[in-house]
Amino acid sequence: MDALQKAFPGAIQEAVIFRKMPSITVAKESLLALCHFLRSEAGGAYTLLTDETAVDYPKREKRFDIVYHLYSFERNDRLRLKVLAAAAEPVPSVTEVWPAANWLEREVYDMFGVVYEGHPDLKRILLPDEWVGHPLRKDYDILRQDAAWVKSNLGIESGQ
Amino acid sequence: MPETTYLDASELMINMGPQHPATHGVLRVKLKLDGERVLGSECVIGYLHRGVEKIAENRTYAQFAPYTDRMDYVAAVTNGMGYVEAVEKLLGVEVPPRAQFTRMVLAELQRLASHLLWLGTHALDLGAMTPVFYTFREREEILKIFEKYCGARLTTHAFRIGGLQYDLYDGLEQDCLKFCEYLLPKIDEYEQLLTKNRIWINRTRGVGVLSAADAIAYGVTGPVLRGSGVKWDIRKVQPYEAYDKVEFDVPTGEHGDTYDRYIVRIQEMRQSVRIVRQCVERLAPGPIFGKVGKVIKPPAGEVYHSIEAPKGELGYFVVSDGTVNPYRVRVRPPSFVNLQALDIMIRGHLVADVVAVIGTLDIVLGEVDR
Repeated sequence: MDALQKAFPGAIQEAVIFRKMPSITVAKESLLALCHFLRSEAGGAYTLLTDETAVDYPKREKRFDIVYHLYSFERNDRLRLKVLAAAAEPVPSVTEVWPAANWLEREVYDMFGVVYEGHPDLKRILLPDEWVGHPLRKDYDILRQDAAWVKSNLGIESGQ
Repeated sequence: MPETTYLDASELMINMGPQHPATHGVLRVKLKLDGERVLGSECVIGYLHRGVEKIAENRTYAQFAPYTDRMDYVAAVTNGMGYVEAVEKLLGVEVPPRAQFTRMVLAELQRLASHLLWLGTHALDLGAMTPVFYTFREREEILKIFEKYCGARLTTHAFRIGGLQYDLYDGLEQDCLKFCEYLLPKIDEYEQLLTKNRIWINRTRGVGVLSAADAIAYGVTGPVLRGSGVKWDIRKVQPYEAYDKVEFDVPTGEHGDTYDRYIVRIQEMRQSVRIVRQCVERLAPGPIFGKVGKVIKPPAGEVYHSIEAPKGELGYFVVSDGTVNPYRVRVRPPSFVNLQALDIMIRGHLVADVVAVIGTLDIVLGEVDR
């Protein structure tokens, strides 16, 4: 943690430990450089990106938490990384650091509408390509659906 | 594959699936072929998407537990175990030893059931018809134990947040030990059918090679990662429940090919038998439920908890805002992440090998799509 502070002064906005798991919030501008550093030997060799996802807080100015879970084989240690992003604000893609991020970022894009900059193939992954809306946003009601898509593709009034 | 949008005259694009018996569900793979050889591929998934994570936000913590069974529906026990442990971690609750060992017994039986199903279908995909009948026969015995314990065979909902709903039925220990006794010679039998079988070796040796570096880069975990020679098992490196109190080995492969992954899973089955036997011995009488209130209302906070599911690292990221409903539940499914490696594993191979590689990844589409 100290090494991180030294290497990236001012980039770490918040650092907490909850239930033994360290979680740091970093500035979006330094995300890529920081990820490259964390992946390198000097940064702790966090070579495995186990998960990338998002959490929606619609009342905040920057409504999305983009959450990365990293693992280091050398240190046998997990680290949570967070970046805040507003609704239409592009987030740098970490696919160049961890190729595993490819599908994970596509899923975040699909479910939350977060746009990634530098992603090789950013398109929907679970929902149909023409679907309108991003279901895991908090303002997307659980019973809501893309009625036009359902009608024209399935030939029924409602999927429910 | 996305880099090329046109097809050469000798290139052919075909769809494998979504209705294809060897895709183990509804997986569609777009293959770009030169004759029989695969030049590139793209997976199209989402046919089984049910919005499990959205459902979680509209249920209480306890209500969501049965939904987890429906993701990896051939390993429901471990799915539920990951979720209840994540919530327990959020609550800061300790589970009594009897409940821990019971969970481990059932989880390891589930791993055996999952691997048996995998072995049978994988061999069937590659043209060996016999093993599937044998493995389903043995799997049935495991499902009978589940049924006697909690009344369900597949979607078991075996555990509760804080412990167990049911104590063991009379004779569960004997049933488990009897099953272990019964299974070990059967595993030898499968090995007699396959391990030195020339057709099996020709179909699996050198097919779908995944180097350790690639496996880590693509986030691959579980037996597939171990098949590539990385000795990494969450039960060993970050033990949950009471895995630090039992002895077992972590088998690994050398070449990272389909054959090595087969050997790794066969060895894992033997290790699971070992764990079941040790856990059954330690099932001392005692309470089965920790200190959890009737209403589960965790403090605000976030936890990530992962376990070694039969298919790899199964993680739950649970965000609580201090109410009775989870604010967000993210499932990190092993199948979804492992499937990403399919493309690099099948490039340059024949179409028939695609079937072998899909089988060796051991994916379940219910979990890929959620």
